[in-house]
Amino acid sequence: MSTAAPVPTPSASPTAAAPAGKSVGDYARRWWADVRAGELGSLPIVVGLIIICIVFQSQNDRFLTAGNFVNLIVQAAGITAIGMGVVFVLLLGEIDLSVGYVSGVAGVLCALLLLPDGAALPAGVAIAAALAAGIAIGTLHGVLITKVGIPSFVVTLAGLLGWNGVVLLLIGDRGTVVLQNDTVIGFANDFLADATAWILAIAVLAIYASVQLVALRSRRAANLPTDPPAIIGLRLAALAVVILAVVYVANQDRGIPYVLVVLAVVFLLWTFVLNRTKFGRHVYAVGGNAEAARRAGIDVDRIKIAVFAIASLMAALGGIILASRLRSVDPGAGGGQILLYSIAAAVIGGTSLFGGRGTIKSAVFGALVIASIDNGLGLLGLSSGTKFVVTGLVLLAAVTVDSISRKGRAQSGRA
Amino acid sequence: MSTQSTPRADEARGGPVLELRGVSKRFGAVQALYEVDFSVRAGEVMALVGDNGAGKSTLIKCIAGIHPIDSGEILFEGRHVDISGPKDAARLGIEVVYQDLALADNLDVVQNMYLGREERASFGRLDETKMEKKASETLASLSVTTIRSVRQTVAGLSGGQRQSVAVAKAVMWNSRVVILDEPTAALGVAQTRQVLDLVRRLGEQGLAVVLISHNLHDIFEVADAVTVLRLGQSVAVHRVGDVTQTQVVESITAGKLSKVPGQADAEVVTA
Repeated sequence: MSTAAPVPTPSASPTAAAPAGKSVGDYARRWWADVRAGELGSLPIVVGLIIICIVFQSQNDRFLTAGNFVNLIVQAAGITAIGMGVVFVLLLGEIDLSVGYVSGVAGVLCALLLLPDGAALPAGVAIAAALAAGIAIGTLHGVLITKVGIPSFVVTLAGLLGWNGVVLLLIGDRGTVVLQNDTVIGFANDFLADATAWILAIAVLAIYASVQLVALRSRRAANLPTDPPAIIGLRLAALAVVILAVVYVANQDRGIPYVLVVLAVVFLLWTFVLNRTKFGRHVYAVGGNAEAARRAGIDVDRIKIAVFAIASLMAALGGIILASRLRSVDPGAGGGQILLYSIAAAVIGGTSLFGGRGTIKSAVFGALVIASIDNGLGLLGLSSGTKFVVTGLVLLAAVTVDSISRKGRAQSGRA
Repeated sequence: MSTQSTPRADEARGGPVLELRGVSKRFGAVQALYEVDFSVRAGEVMALVGDNGAGKSTLIKCIAGIHPIDSGEILFEGRHVDISGPKDAARLGIEVVYQDLALADNLDVVQNMYLGREERASFGRLDETKMEKKASETLASLSVTTIRSVRQTVAGLSGGQRQSVAVAKAVMWNSRVVILDEPTAALGVAQTRQVLDLVRRLGEQGLAVVLISHNLHDIFEVADAVTVLRLGQSVAVHRVGDVTQTQVVESITAGKLSKVPGQADAEVVTA
């Protein structure tokens, strides 16, 4: 359950035994009250995406085509993966400035291990080695931050410089290293068969529906208040429309890229970890009140180290995806806008920079916004300068919305 | 599991649940506690009072296992126990509600009450249903009815509600002794009322309650007895029915010290 989204349980005093009896109307009114009190959830970002689509489509009718949609997925994939890791770090109220070049290190490592004149390892081994390098780097950052007590800003700033150096050292005088493995290239450049995509989409919906149903039953059995079945049905229907539309549109063109499947799997994994496991609960607790977490017997250092390891692991995954998309790595791997776009993705999506509030979903939405702007302005033939100015303004707008909604929460006593 | 079972309380009513005998604690040159005797029975609300620096906080931190004691003895249900860490205290059923409450604002009521002791179902999942049910029951057993939903974040609660959640969190774990540090310090009149009622109920449910407060009015309203600390020593134990507030104030400011630790001169000045 997201702490940023409105709490989906309808109100009931703890002693009230009646589980049902809340109508859809009550639910809608409560939701609207939450929105007005500053619990905006994903509302601003969805509105923002719609505005972006309308603006770009009116300027260039290629923006909303199936082909461009598939491009957009692949373009957003790298920073989505890295942004998911950034969400964990931001939840603790910390920062990781090294994710850009850590992604570079992993991408280069993966490419080098696949070279025929080098190790020429199987794709799986090379990917595993690159991901393991990410975990090792993140653990190192985490240990320096917790056990030595250096602020995360400084450790990862040193990492930003240091891992950039490692990228250059690894590549040496090779210039550009071309990826030599079809499996790794296939991540971002191959597509699911149409039928497979449909089957996966329906499987995801079936799993979601059954999870909801089991939760509903267990709450009813325990006589706890539940959401009205109509609302649960509505949510399922909305999700079905989105997922099936994505598959349908993508199938009009080349299909669903494999990278989307990879992202869907890690999305489900981390969402489960954050919302349904003890570890995830403790991440939120440490971000909300580290002292309370410590007194509750939570090993705060262990949580922090794990979170930085996850951030670097996701950066490594993002680096492999970026390398796959470009089919090569060069000395600039992990540089440019990758770091700032990844952090901006998490923040634009609604994850607070002050810790304790945020979801994995926010990285996906935020990356989609950034990639859309990048893509749309590219279609209009505008320069990088314009892209950066617009992306900067969108980031500012997102943080403004967050600040204003925080004021709303403060005024209604939900700060 | 629940704290309402009274038979256990009755059997323990004879002797003190928690007893400290001659406990001393020194921080460098400062003798924070000197041969303090203190005891609390099941079903009793024992107030702990004293001027600033009298040693109240040090005493509860010794009981909670945050500071190891230098000398003296801690007895739990008549048995000698060594409390060398907060976990030892928790295992005995001693819970402390600190003044700052230690709640995470971004988590909801259930999540806060179970923080660090989450119930788990299969595949490492949290058992939300079980936790929500138990948390609701605990709040209901303490007659905390002002909380709209146990799934709202703690940030949205009033001071009194937050205190109630912190207390409910403390008593949910089969606790025998609950120590409340200044529970009404930052509250308004109505909220103070709520919390005092809650303290009273804890005693009625058979828990041993230690209440630290500066407010003698509150103490005379809910406590059964008052232990007075002065300059690190226990100078008096009053039954609330037997004394007036003035007499307690006299104990706090001029209670008879058995020994002036370290500096005899300092005592002359302060007295």
